[in-house]
Amino acid sequence: MIETRNVTKRYGDTLVVDDVTLRLPVGGITSIIGPNGAGKSTLLSMVSRVLPMSSGTVLVDGLDVRTTPGDVLARRLAILRQDNHLTSRLTVRELVTFGRYPHSKGRPTVQDREHVERAIHHMGLDALAERFLDELSGGQRQRAFVAMVLCQDTDYVLLDEPLNGLDLKHSVAMMKQLRTAVDTLRKSIVMVLHDLNFASCYSDHLIAMRDGKVTFQGRPEDIMRPEVLRAVYDLDISIQRIDGDWIATHYR
Amino acid sequence: MRLLVAFIVIVLLALGSLLIGVSNVSWHSLFSPSADEQALQVLVISRIPRMLAVMLVGTSLGVAGLILQMLVRNRFVDPATAGAAESASLGLLAATILAPQLPVLGKMLVAAVFALAGTALFLLILRRIPLRSVLIVPLVGLVLGSVFDSITTFYAYRMDLLQSVNAWKTGDFSNVLRGRYELLWVTLGLTCCAYIAADRFTVAGMGEAFTTNLGMNYSRIMALGLVIVSLVTAMVVVTVGMVPFLGLLVPNLVSLFTGDNARRAIPWVAVGGAGFVLLCDILGRVVRFPYEIPGATIAGVVGSVLFLYFLLRRDARVG
Repeated sequence: MIETRNVTKRYGDTLVVDDVTLRLPVGGITSIIGPNGAGKSTLLSMVSRVLPMSSGTVLVDGLDVRTTPGDVLARRLAILRQDNHLTSRLTVRELVTFGRYPHSKGRPTVQDREHVERAIHHMGLDALAERFLDELSGGQRQRAFVAMVLCQDTDYVLLDEPLNGLDLKHSVAMMKQLRTAVDTLRKSIVMVLHDLNFASCYSDHLIAMRDGKVTFQGRPEDIMRPEVLRAVYDLDISIQRIDGDWIATHYR
Repeated sequence: MRLLVAFIVIVLLALGSLLIGVSNVSWHSLFSPSADEQALQVLVISRIPRMLAVMLVGTSLGVAGLILQMLVRNRFVDPATAGAAESASLGLLAATILAPQLPVLGKMLVAAVFALAGTALFLLILRRIPLRSVLIVPLVGLVLGSVFDSITTFYAYRMDLLQSVNAWKTGDFSNVLRGRYELLWVTLGLTCCAYIAADRFTVAGMGEAFTTNLGMNYSRIMALGLVIVSLVTAMVVVTVGMVPFLGLLVPNLVSLFTGDNARRAIPWVAVGGAGFVLLCDILGRVVRFPYEIPGATIAGVVGSVLFLYFLLRRDARVG
């Protein structure tokens, strides 16, 4: 289980994440939603120890992320951030193989190679495996990075806007692939999502943030309510129930 | 396999380079029953050490360039122009003025410490300024290098040491003799270290968060890379002098077809770097035979032409 205690991030006088205490549910997909500047990505980065926190504690299965050796955490928790534009010229297969590094330490075994092939196949990248990352479209590259993170084979996978740069078809495919990963491999995925409806349709748990604080959390049907969303986004959003999903219509 | 072919070509080139020079050395004069004593001596004291120095410098500076590019995450930097070589020269000058009796090894260490500080300062500046364009990074390197360079020139001028400083800046292999280049063997060890840690450098090249996610210590990788780059640069400056464009051109050309996976790129950069310097040295020896043009000068000419071609081509492709 991932637990945050009084986690705070301050830049000068600005509080970006303000005293967040959370227990992230084990198993399933948890999506963090909220307006721009709510501190969603910052919180995710602090949980995954790639950004130091100003104060507070994050525990992953009881291990304090600040003091636990990096390679121990790398076998329990993987993070994919948004800033992957500037990339080296690696092939897709090389990139995905690096996801095995915490296990293989640079000497991939037969099992590691199987993991790599499975992850490549799972993300539909078989035909692109030998291509260099800078020869791919933004969406293909995004899938390659997700494949790498899945290949890391950690219990917890944190994704910062995994749908960034994906078209509708690939967004749906990505969410389905993540759903499969959760259902078949019993992983816990925590992600920041901008698209409310994707969050609502695919998540088991929603966390709403605003101004650095967690304002609401619960099952999609608890969060996808006009009064809750009004408090989060300052916007009148009507909710429809379509085919068992809670869909927000906020386009007019 | 292709690497093996390239390696054999380089070895043949190297063997050929043994036969070039004013003093007559030919395979015939070496292996005929009436072996020419003098030719043998020239070979052992001058030609072979020169060939080895050329290859060691090419290999290690090329790999150092590759590592530096991964550490700063920018393709356009080169130990020769990013403050490393300039600060090494400054260190060497300081050692020459303040402790002239220091042995070469001691001077090299002083130069290495300066190179380390200079390169670390470069990285520190890069952390502080907003990198709005990829060209900012090499420009910062050039500016920093020029600052070191002007300090060096100022003191060298006052101490009447400009000629030595010039020799450190311009790689010239004509002075290489047995007993005066052996320090360069250490660079081979450093190149091997770089190869062993290749995966780490590749990962560091993807950024700090990426590295941390995979459970590696980013600052430790940076420190290791800095030490390798500084030591190699200092050794080259102390023994033969800097070779321009090598650390820039060879890694970039190699990256075009092998990509940036250091595990795959380092052997190619090593062989390619050796080949590049070997060619420049051979050219410098035959263009005005029996006179010589320093290898670094040839490297500057050949390198700038190749690099311009590469820049224009690359812009057209990636933008």
